[in-house]
Amino acid sequence: MRHLLSVADLDAAAATGLLDTADRLKQALLGREVRKLPTLRGRTVVTLFYEDSTRTRVSFEIAGKWMSADTINVSAKGSSVSKGESLRDTSLTLSSMGADCVIVRHPASGAAHRIAGWADRDAGVTGTQTSVVNAGDGTHEHPTQALLDAATLRERLGSIAGRRIGIVGDVLHSRVARSNVLLLATLGAEVVLIAPPTLLPTGVREWPCRVSHTLDAELPALDAVMMLRVQAERMHGGFFPSAREYAIGYGLSETRQAMLPENAPVLHPGPMVRGMEIAPAVADSTSSAVLAQVRNGVHVRMAVLYHLLAGAPE
Amino acid sequence: MATQRRGDAEGAQPPVRELLSAADVTRTIARIAHQIIEKTAFGPSNPGDLVLLGIPTRGATLARRLAAAITEFTGAAPAVGSVDATLYRDDLRRRPARALEDTAVPEGGVDDKLVVLVDDVLMSGRTTRAALDALRDEGRPRAVQLAVLVDRGHRELPIRADYVGKNVPTSRTEAIHVLLAEHDGRDGVEIARGTGDPAPENDPSTEGADPA
Repeated sequence: MRHLLSVADLDAAAATGLLDTADRLKQALLGREVRKLPTLRGRTVVTLFYEDSTRTRVSFEIAGKWMSADTINVSAKGSSVSKGESLRDTSLTLSSMGADCVIVRHPASGAAHRIAGWADRDAGVTGTQTSVVNAGDGTHEHPTQALLDAATLRERLGSIAGRRIGIVGDVLHSRVARSNVLLLATLGAEVVLIAPPTLLPTGVREWPCRVSHTLDAELPALDAVMMLRVQAERMHGGFFPSAREYAIGYGLSETRQAMLPENAPVLHPGPMVRGMEIAPAVADSTSSAVLAQVRNGVHVRMAVLYHLLAGAPE
Repeated sequence: MATQRRGDAEGAQPPVRELLSAADVTRTIARIAHQIIEKTAFGPSNPGDLVLLGIPTRGATLARRLAAAITEFTGAAPAVGSVDATLYRDDLRRRPARALEDTAVPEGGVDDKLVVLVDDVLMSGRTTRAALDALRDEGRPRAVQLAVLVDRGHRELPIRADYVGKNVPTSRTEAIHVLLAEHDGRDGVEIARGTGDPAPENDPSTEGADPA
């Protein structure tokens, strides 16, 4: 594995391999006082974030540090980006400084792909083979989020193949939804997207999933449900009449949670808007896997860094 | 993995010779168990003192069998687990990233315990070194000893085993195959001669087992 840009690049064996590695890393660190592995000693990992983030950036930084990589954080605010430096120049600058891995989040779909292309083409000039990880590009993909969701589902349900997973809410603006649909389908799950018609992207009919507009009809047959954040910052126009009306139609209330099979896990990629897509009591219930997702995120990202950086260069 | 390894050997049609039969393997494990009991004075009077940690995959199986034998002979059960040394290897950058194996340190940890590391084949000593490093991150044992089923020589580090099932002088071109019923359907140790290429240092695919 040279880059991780899209879950579409992972077949079932590769994805399962990453999840297994994440499990083993979790196991290796279990109960330890010193959470540090020497595996990536001397490797440099840079996070390059053009959008705000707490959990993804911190999670990657912790993952790198627990494996002894040197991790450096660059955010667009406060870097040369605000002076007008292009994405290509910034990424090649980081490669030239010896970044073995650049983890990029960017508002433009396809940004990580472009950086990976430049990194490969100009490796001779920069002197470093830089691996690129997509940590969210526009409304396109967020592969490590899908992997940590899959890890959490596997942990809670025991398996993924044959399970019916509902993904509810703002699919239109969600890179998490797209990555999850692709990955869960690859792993053999049956995925149901549940959203109002205005919050579904065009072309969703070609995704490997079923689409529904009525949450109540789907809930009793779901093995797990994943609530998506309503991305108000990406909405310019009326996608639904009001927050209240959205919550009534698509929010996961306590009443709705009771319609799910007993102990069906509830996932949310975070940050949660409580009272909008998820009721506070549901978010804090024992079925809520939100914090387990965050914990698994570190191990999954360690696994990604391990597969990208630990072995011989390709 | 063993199937794949035997497949490798069959490709070059090397003569395969049996070093230990299934009965020999059982006897050898029993003998090592007795030696561990004698050397560590393990028994019902100090049941919490001994921890057997196998190096996956076959070392972990051997550790479980040794623990069962020790329990049978003394009436006291030693703690048993496994420690994967992959993340601590010094040759990770020489090959594509490899799959990790089980790490399961028994409840009670390793602090102030007598730890016996268990592996199937001892060769370069690099796996043992990696396992010692992994162990250091798990805690501080009172002492660490090493038990192996086969010592085939070719050490590259100043490491020796405290308990050896069988010493086998080998050439680097030979492959040692440790077969255990849990993985391979039967017990035994075989040597495959003259696969042509010298076994690259630390390459399980040609050595027949992770070189400890």
